[in-house]
Amino acid sequence: MIKLRLSLFLCLLVSYGAVAEYRATGDLGIVIERAKGSALIINTSQRSILAKIESLGDLSHASVVFSRDERYAFIFGRDGGLSKIDLLQDKVAKRIIQAGNSIGGAISQDGHFIAVSNYTPGGIKIFLTETLELVAEIPAEYGENKLSKVVGLVDAPNQQFVFSLFDAGEIWLVDINNPKKPEIKKFKAIGKQPYDALLSPDGRYYIAGLFGEQGLAVLDLWNPEAGVKRILPDYGKDDEKLPVYKMPHLEGWAVAGDYMLIPAIGQHEVLVIDKRTWTLVKRILVTGQPVFVMARPDGRHIWVNFAFPDNQKLQIIDAKDLTIIKSLAPGKAVLNMEFTPRGEEVWVSVRDDNQLVVYDTEIFKEIIRLPAENPSGIFFSSRAHKMGL
Amino acid sequence: MLRNLFLCLGLLSPAQVLADPPPQERQETLRNMLRDDCGACHGLTLKGGLGPALLASDLAAKSDDYLDTIQNGRKGTAMPPWKPFISEQETLWLVQTILKRH
Repeated sequence: MIKLRLSLFLCLLVSYGAVAEYRATGDLGIVIERAKGSALIINTSQRSILAKIESLGDLSHASVVFSRDERYAFIFGRDGGLSKIDLLQDKVAKRIIQAGNSIGGAISQDGHFIAVSNYTPGGIKIFLTETLELVAEIPAEYGENKLSKVVGLVDAPNQQFVFSLFDAGEIWLVDINNPKKPEIKKFKAIGKQPYDALLSPDGRYYIAGLFGEQGLAVLDLWNPEAGVKRILPDYGKDDEKLPVYKMPHLEGWAVAGDYMLIPAIGQHEVLVIDKRTWTLVKRILVTGQPVFVMARPDGRHIWVNFAFPDNQKLQIIDAKDLTIIKSLAPGKAVLNMEFTPRGEEVWVSVRDDNQLVVYDTEIFKEIIRLPAENPSGIFFSSRAHKMGL
Repeated sequence: MLRNLFLCLGLLSPAQVLADPPPQERQETLRNMLRDDCGACHGLTLKGGLGPALLASDLAAKSDDYLDTIQNGRKGTAMPPWKPFISEQETLWLVQTILKRH
């Protein structure tokens, strides 16, 4: 029934689109329907679903970046698929299978290059944004002819990409000013099993979370010669580490003044770190193991979702006094959140209820629920102009 | 989904059935867990991710105590124990289900 209504709506839309209306892309976003291998194009001002793009392959853990002109969305699928979606025409402009198993991607500072991080074969590949033509390939080699899975790939200032090697415990900094001959700086022994990473919004710090040992690894891109620094090495050392049913995500660095908030791995805690000294300020007890810890764009509130078996909840932390001010229960399997560009609303995907929920972020009231088939990732076009996203 | 289920059950000869199949509704829940929660690391289609691939063809060459791995997790890796959520009987059924998948 939902499908019928949607296709009816799409038909109307297509015939309507034929006669009218330019579509600006600053209002648009992509919602991943992971199990179906499809993606929705949505409008955040109208709070509506505009189109469904199908046959995008295996979209578990899919992520999206946007072209600088916000016309195209690039979807990175688990099966190595890289799909370029035209947001003006509701169609796939180009699609390639570039690896056997991949985890994410990034777009370069100048918008000309797309980098994809792969598990199989371990490494990154760099493509032209325009044509998806392969420009460079960087295998994540370590030890004796071994290839590491690559995680935490981000873009950084001065046409650089940064990523972490899960199996090798390394961070690599790649300069693509000469795209055919990328220059690689390798930082070794940064810690065991980096599982994800983030770039601070000013593009200065690259921070990788470690699964295999305590703490985080920080690379100061203003001073890479100083090497990678380990922070919070003793954090939670004496606590029993809980089993982790879902790896946290570090993307969505939450900053409140000089503090940053990150998910603790294997603990029911959000960690508050003073980024002037890289010391732990507070451990905020939350209702489950956090997955995403995301600041509203103004930094006043931090929204947190949780891993199985606590993934039906959301909690909101007030940056003013670092306490939880609200708990919400949007539904079964709350996977992802995305704030509107200036943060007055947030979209939440509730996978097992087949819904997207939009909240007013000031009064925490539900505004609307929209149908989506097992929705997971939500990505708005405003990411186009943010470093590291 | 339902068709797959019947196909799958049809493939099991009595000799191969080690575990009593859980009730239909629970089977559905377990299949969803396999896809979504196991899939978080092993991939939605079980072709692997941070965790190894779990396709029947990948597992054929290995001789592992899957019951123990799933129930108790594996030390030194990211594999957590599923004992709090899945019984031993259900685990055995799940292992059979995975080994029968193509």
